[in-house]
Amino acid sequence: MYRYDQYDQAIVDARVDEFRDQVERRLSGQLSEDQFKPLRLMNGLYLQLHAYMLRVAIPYGTLDSRQMRMLAGIARDYDRGYGHFTTRQNLQFNWIKLADTPDILARLATVQMHAIQTSGNCIRNISADQYAGAAADEVADPRPWAELIRQWSTFHPEFSYLPRKFKFAVIAAEEDRAAMRLHDIGIRLVTRDGELGASIYVGGGMGRTPMISHLVRDFVGSDDLMSYLEACLRVYNRYGRRDNIYKARIKILLHEIGADEYRRQVEEEFLLVKQLGIDPPRAELERITAMFAPPAFDPAAPDAVDRSDPDFAVWLDQNVAAHKQPGYAIVNVSLKPIGGIPGDADADQIALLADLGAAYSFDELRVTHAQNIVLPHVAKRDLYAVWRRLTKAGLAEPNLDLITDIIACPGLDYCSLANARSIPLAQKIATRFADRQRELGELKLKISGCINACGHHHAGHIGILGVDKKGTENYQLSLGGSGAQDVSLAKITGPGFSEDGVVDAIERVTDRYLATREPGERFLDTYRRVGFEPFKDAIYG
Amino acid sequence: MRLLTGNDLPTGDVVWWTGSGWSRHVEDAADVGQEGEAILRREEGARRVNVPYLIDAIATPDGPRPAHIKDRIRALGPTVRPDLTLRPADPAAGSWVI
Repeated sequence: MYRYDQYDQAIVDARVDEFRDQVERRLSGQLSEDQFKPLRLMNGLYLQLHAYMLRVAIPYGTLDSRQMRMLAGIARDYDRGYGHFTTRQNLQFNWIKLADTPDILARLATVQMHAIQTSGNCIRNISADQYAGAAADEVADPRPWAELIRQWSTFHPEFSYLPRKFKFAVIAAEEDRAAMRLHDIGIRLVTRDGELGASIYVGGGMGRTPMISHLVRDFVGSDDLMSYLEACLRVYNRYGRRDNIYKARIKILLHEIGADEYRRQVEEEFLLVKQLGIDPPRAELERITAMFAPPAFDPAAPDAVDRSDPDFAVWLDQNVAAHKQPGYAIVNVSLKPIGGIPGDADADQIALLADLGAAYSFDELRVTHAQNIVLPHVAKRDLYAVWRRLTKAGLAEPNLDLITDIIACPGLDYCSLANARSIPLAQKIATRFADRQRELGELKLKISGCINACGHHHAGHIGILGVDKKGTENYQLSLGGSGAQDVSLAKITGPGFSEDGVVDAIERVTDRYLATREPGERFLDTYRRVGFEPFKDAIYG
Repeated sequence: MRLLTGNDLPTGDVVWWTGSGWSRHVEDAADVGQEGEAILRREEGARRVNVPYLIDAIATPDGPRPAHIKDRIRALGPTVRPDLTLRPADPAAGSWVI
């Protein structure tokens, strides 16, 4: 894992001191809310429906046990005993007091954490494949590249006031586990003639106007990466619309001028930027890469797993993924218990995850954009012990990528932007389909409580968008989206439904799927084969 | 009726204008009527409450009830965590919210 150097630590510590002063001035009345709001947002502090909310950055979703334990401590000492893992691989505390925030940030800084780049029109926290360093299908660990981008983007003076927020995702495998094509810039590491480089995709995103990104450059070598990204951002910063918040994202710029023209301008800018010498020496990437060296795997670790406990075998088949190292596995810890709140974990559960990371996963944990936790490097001989401890803590729901593994934003229960509640709907759907989820197979259901699409509904095999219909919650259903390597945007089925109505509609969709599917087909495969109309007929016919 | 609401500056708690100060309980809220804008401007200047704003509400025997679902949820707390609402011991406390 990356470790701060003196510069990183100094930057974070200075920011805490600065914010402490700003909070004191706000509490004493020297600053108005209008003056203070942009300052608190730069430190991840939002004001939501019921309280302040602090969003803590988890760079590329990676954290160690000490950091995870710190999050548990903050939940216990400053919040109401829990936290919410988000679709940007971050963590939110829902009940923070303003006066406590500088102390919380100071505690986070002691474990090399912060809340910078979790709000505002800057380059946000970089996300990445949660299987990084463990996946058999990756060409390299993407996190050193993500860290390099993190260092380049933090407090970048030119990109601190972009037209709109800006999100990166970095992956290094054919399988896209990070919704890479739905980010402002998505990067896939690839090799060409034995050299590692990056394919650069620009202009993806969800929100009000969902779009899939365009391949702008198929290969950028590590020696040119910063210059190329700088050029991508410069063109956006120059021409991105600041007059209309709804048209300010880079996806709109690419849509308006076309990907070819954007590419032409980036290449032109790149030639200028390259002369500035901003690319770090290759030794810097090598220094960072060394910190992500594979852990000391036991080459003699046995590959066999005793499957005699039937409940354990179900979990093993559903939540455990193949690791590149023989004798090891990737454990997905579901934060989606049936009837629970997607992404929430209480302080004891967070502390347990920290303990499991320390004891069984070389001190590493990951947060996924699907709001689950990953123990990336677990010896197969330890899987049963891990499962038993997860089971005892209510963390062993065997439902990864099934219909009950629902992505849901906080919705109108917490969020000041939301139009409808997401969580109660997720709970109803999970409860309705709990007994059928394995029969349905992979089915990614995603719920957003407003058009901003934090719940990724555009990328759901089944997506749900909550809207406000004359003061009443209403839910639009959409079908056929995917955030994976087979990326697609979901299509709205038609008129919306009440909360109970949309659950019934989903049942009609899944019944049609079961009646129509061919052997081996996932829901999305069947949908793509037979098309939209049979499902629409099932819903409204 | 019209209510004035906002979030308490130090804690972020939802608060309601009572006619003489701020309360965490919507039942204490006062109808600000035509005086709403003036009270709002005065309280903005006092900087004790974040982003105060006026809402429509309905008078009931149990006290004022905000007209819009968002403010009813603000008045109660998250509907999915009754243990964190202002009346965690009363399972019927939120029956009027949804």
